[in-house]
Amino acid sequence: MARRAGAPEVNAGSMADIAFLLLIFFLVTTTIATDAGLDRMLPPMEPPENPPIIRQKNIFTVNINKNGQLLVEEELTDLKDLREKAIAFLDNGGAPSGSEEYCNYCKGKRDAESSDNPSKAIISLKNDRETRYGTYITVQNELVAAYNELRNREAQRLYGMDYTAMEALYLNPETESSVKDELKDKVTNIQGLFPQKLSEAETSTN
Amino acid sequence: MSKFAKKKDGDIPAVSTASLPDIVFMLLFFFMTVTVMKDSDIMVENTLPNATEIKKLEKKDRVIYLYVGKPTTEYQKQYGTESKIQLNDKFANVNEVGDYILAERAKKPQELQNVLTTALKVDKEANMGIISDIKQELRKVNALKVNYTTYEGDAFNNLK
Repeated sequence: MARRAGAPEVNAGSMADIAFLLLIFFLVTTTIATDAGLDRMLPPMEPPENPPIIRQKNIFTVNINKNGQLLVEEELTDLKDLREKAIAFLDNGGAPSGSEEYCNYCKGKRDAESSDNPSKAIISLKNDRETRYGTYITVQNELVAAYNELRNREAQRLYGMDYTAMEALYLNPETESSVKDELKDKVTNIQGLFPQKLSEAETSTN
Repeated sequence: MSKFAKKKDGDIPAVSTASLPDIVFMLLFFFMTVTVMKDSDIMVENTLPNATEIKKLEKKDRVIYLYVGKPTTEYQKQYGTESKIQLNDKFANVNEVGDYILAERAKKPQELQNVLTTALKVDKEANMGIISDIKQELRKVNALKVNYTTYEGDAFNNLK
């Protein structure tokens, strides 16, 4: 019997394969870039009304010159030793036992000539206009690493968990809110023990 | 009588779906051509430095991007080899950064305007001078939260 009038059906069975091929091509070529980097806060333009008086021994100066050399506390220092020096400074806890500023969790040398308390300790970073950005980021990275290392130590002692892991979990939007509330207190507590005080002076031109 | 009764003449034939894939493909091509990947048009060299202590920029709608670096070879004739700032898809001077940030901020929904982060995508060979100038501009418009965008990796590789 002959077929009745009407267009014969196109065999569309392979269409699915073609569509999948395209889909896979786009899946492979598209890169969903999640950016990551070092978070920093810039100081506000207006200076605070009553700038607190900061003692020289509570300031840790880091100078980068245009050749990428470091001057840490008036000493020429290799970049690899910066983290260690920053930790020693932050963790020093030089205030005498019994005084108001005594730091009971510090494990440093308690050198009276260095910082009194982590909450007083300030790192001052200064760079030249001709410093390479790569060098600057390395220095920033080492200083943040120093803070993170100390914060991790305290977080491990108090909560048995790394600070960086807690913070990542806290900032992750997929974390449940009940977990977040619990973490928030812990994170702020650790941040209070070692507050990140990293001041950046305006660049020098010489 | 058979189970599957033969259709009688005069019934409306089923609509042919053979052309459906064509329609879908047409749509696919339309979207493929219309979609612009913004990042693909960076006019400056942009090899980011490495760092280990990084944090992810989770919410993309809260980020304003700034690119800094040497113009790529095709633009070097016109703009030279000194580090430049790229805003959207044109080169800009330092004093235009503040206006750009304000304009971008105004485009965002009200509730996000106070929580914006400025992501600085800076080539690692750039000088700090231009970065300091940008930071000053950002401070002027009160965009204090910055993120120095980096790759994950050993920070000491930056020194090479």
